[in-house]
Amino acid sequence: MPRPGFVLDVDRSTPPILFWRGENFSLEKLPAGRSRVIYAPEPLPAIEDVDGAIVHALLHPIDQDPLPALLFPGMKLTIAFDDVSLPLPKMRRPDIRQRIIEAVLDMAAEAGVDDVHIISALALHRRMTEAELRHAVGDRVYDAFAPRGHLYQHDAEDPEALTYLGTTPHGEDVEINKRAAESDLLVYVNINLVAMDGGWKSTATGLSSYKSLRHHHNPETMTHSRSFMDQHRSELHKSNWRMGKVLLDSGVKVFQIETTLNTDTFPSPFNFLSKREWEWSPRDRMTYLGTTKALNRTPHRLARNIFHSIEAPHQMTSVQAGEVEAVHRITTANVYEQQLVEVKGQTDILTMGIPYISPYNVHSILNPILVQVMALGYYFNMYRGAPLVREGGAIIMTHPCRPEFNPVHHPSYIDFFEQVLADTTDPHVMSQKWEKQYAEDEWYKHLYRTSYAYHGVHPFYMWYWGTHAMKHCSRVIVVGGDPKTVRRLGFVPASTMDDALEIASDVVGRAPTITHLHTPPLLVADVSV
Amino acid sequence: MIRALRIDRRPAKLALARLAGSFGPAGAVRLGPLELSSIDPPALPGTGWHRIRPLLSGICGSDLSLVEGRASTYFLDWVSFPFVPGHEVVGLDENGRRVVIEPVLGHAARDFPLPFPNAAPGDGDDYAHLVGGALEPGIQTGFCCSTGGGWSDELVAHESQIHQLPDELSDERAVLVEPLAGGIHAALSLVPAVARARSRGETPVVAVLGAGTMGLAAILGLRRYLPDVRIVVGARYPHQQTLARAFGADVVVADGELARAVRREVGCHVVGDYLSGGSHATIDAVGNSNSIASSLRFTRPRGTIALLGMPAAVDVDLTGLWHRETAVVGAYTYGTETMPDGTRRRTFHLAIETAVDAPVDKLLSATYRLEDYEDALSHASTAGRRGAVKIAFDLRSPDSRRTQEAS
Repeated sequence: MPRPGFVLDVDRSTPPILFWRGENFSLEKLPAGRSRVIYAPEPLPAIEDVDGAIVHALLHPIDQDPLPALLFPGMKLTIAFDDVSLPLPKMRRPDIRQRIIEAVLDMAAEAGVDDVHIISALALHRRMTEAELRHAVGDRVYDAFAPRGHLYQHDAEDPEALTYLGTTPHGEDVEINKRAAESDLLVYVNINLVAMDGGWKSTATGLSSYKSLRHHHNPETMTHSRSFMDQHRSELHKSNWRMGKVLLDSGVKVFQIETTLNTDTFPSPFNFLSKREWEWSPRDRMTYLGTTKALNRTPHRLARNIFHSIEAPHQMTSVQAGEVEAVHRITTANVYEQQLVEVKGQTDILTMGIPYISPYNVHSILNPILVQVMALGYYFNMYRGAPLVREGGAIIMTHPCRPEFNPVHHPSYIDFFEQVLADTTDPHVMSQKWEKQYAEDEWYKHLYRTSYAYHGVHPFYMWYWGTHAMKHCSRVIVVGGDPKTVRRLGFVPASTMDDALEIASDVVGRAPTITHLHTPPLLVADVSV
Repeated sequence: MIRALRIDRRPAKLALARLAGSFGPAGAVRLGPLELSSIDPPALPGTGWHRIRPLLSGICGSDLSLVEGRASTYFLDWVSFPFVPGHEVVGLDENGRRVVIEPVLGHAARDFPLPFPNAAPGDGDDYAHLVGGALEPGIQTGFCCSTGGGWSDELVAHESQIHQLPDELSDERAVLVEPLAGGIHAALSLVPAVARARSRGETPVVAVLGAGTMGLAAILGLRRYLPDVRIVVGARYPHQQTLARAFGADVVVADGELARAVRREVGCHVVGDYLSGGSHATIDAVGNSNSIASSLRFTRPRGTIALLGMPAAVDVDLTGLWHRETAVVGAYTYGTETMPDGTRRRTFHLAIETAVDAPVDKLLSATYRLEDYEDALSHASTAGRRGAVKIAFDLRSPDSRRTQEAS
């Protein structure tokens, strides 16, 4: 029986606590008597018969007819799936998406459906490489569909491939992939890594265009999403749900398939990452020491490649299919079951170790903008109820925060860093002053459509994710980060954790309470105030 | 007898300076061909010549390249040794008038007919006069053994070179007139390229690479005389970036970010290392292999690059220049300019106006006594990273300096 999440009160006997530092780790001693560490629940048991569970879900959907009943000869069937941003790290083969798509295709073949398109729902993310597509959908599906042009990637800048469905009562434009909208059935294959994923966000975001996305990917919406992991208090989700209603009213028929994973995130050599430090075995200690010392001597590019080659052992804990909202309610409950940890009260300082990876740098560099989104967009928002850190408190993160960018994946990020952040770090100001220029830049569009680049506007969205945290916290400190880069982000550099605590004392006093969000694995703090 | 810093033609010393210069400027100055000497003042070469007592005399990049043995051998036939460097001169004539020297030793100074009526010293398209007439060879005062130069107590200047200064122009501003003229000349050399952009209904974009004295002077020239151009500047040091903004640049970035800044400004693509389009014109105020190669990458096809920084031998792949039909034009000094409205103005007159009006006070960063020339040249050679712009010799007597400061 896996143990639930746990909040440790740090005392004098508590060993140093593990922090990610990009492609490395460190152990940090937190002050006794006023610090606590939040540990995630242990991984839930996986479903043993994954293929059986998938077929069962397709045959016994929630609030919808079984999938075979929705399939008929001559119909247009479109299968859309989550892109390379999920899961993290990439899962061992076979990927869940492959298993689900193969099951759907088997049923489609039995029903005589031969007009099938498979679309990567990447919104404004970068296109997936052939290797990444093969990893996600499997070689059999890839070889059967890609050469004929029936397996492809959503292109949010192709006006011929988009269709405008109308507006929500709030005046939000709804424009999505034309093939998906005009199909007799749109099957969406989702992996729900965190509670933010899935639901109408799958289709209303994943298959949409800038014209639609700008209505919810903006500072105003982000400020009023508290948090992204709590759908009912998230303006981001409310907007997506309104757009979902437009999809339904326009006749788009969606069969949603959602899955959840357990938090078995890293393979056995990295067991120590997920363990509670006082439970580390001598072998764990040796592995930690050996790993960190080796990584200290490894060029960080090589270290990055090593980490990105890791395939996670995480396994499926649930699969449910049917009507979007009904399915998502169950999915969210399952995610919470795996990730929720009860926490009493807020803290003055929230500490976090930022890893090498985010949804937006698979096989790439976690550049400074993405460091920001991991800290202020994701980790800060890993709460339900109230933020872990009190209003006016401080965030301390550990990451080298080097001024490095992948020019293929993140070309507009470089300009954003050089031009926009040099001008302002205020999300509201930059959205008014700079966003349009980046969103409409022809070169960025060209790279998004033909290369492997995130859309020109994407770094703005990453910055907007942090809007609430920026407003909420009075100081953000980066331990071990490149000072010039950290300052460009509007944060404060510190050499050590002790220095960071000293710097934070300006805003939280000399004896602040400290809470460390221990990752991996991911968790959501259920904060009661 | 007068004090003078003098360069003689001593190849061994030049080679030693070049070698020592690779370890830092101080060694190059100490071991190089420059010497502080006590010499006879230069003789007046003829009628129309006047004795000038320098008050302030600037140190230019071209001076440094000579002192440090980095200059091209091209100049060996256009100068005469031994010469006293210093061509950025504000001084007093025999009548006590404050003047600046337009240093080019042009047709009038050498008793040649002017190439056209009222031509400036720098005008004309045949340089034979620069090595002929009553003077020894020399492109400018400060490179000619007949005239002396500004790094001394006295020089001689022809009346065609002399510009009387308005009273309101301080010595510290006046010593900037010559480099300002160079920058303005580079800016105005882009009038045809800017006009072509305008004729297509485009907002002209001019990139400036480098923001030392000359780059900053070019920015001032662009902003004053081509006011509707968008100026995008790449400057290495923070104080240069601050000054570039103060002088009217629209976009200022670190030098390594200039290509991306130009792309953002014009909205073109990137193909390999080159922009698909780029700036309509570029002023390269650095003048080395890297800066020329960079300028070729971000200047649009059929655009113009004005080479303001003095280059020596460079190693540049010119395939892009050939393919893009880029025009590379030198921007050496000054003369008579054709303004955007078609009128003709002397560059030095424009530069004096600019020195009076523009916020150039912060450009003169430090002055040294002539005796402290090693420190002065070392400072000038590392001006950028030491937060400085222009370094000059102060040849004023303590009394006159105090009077000037008080006024």
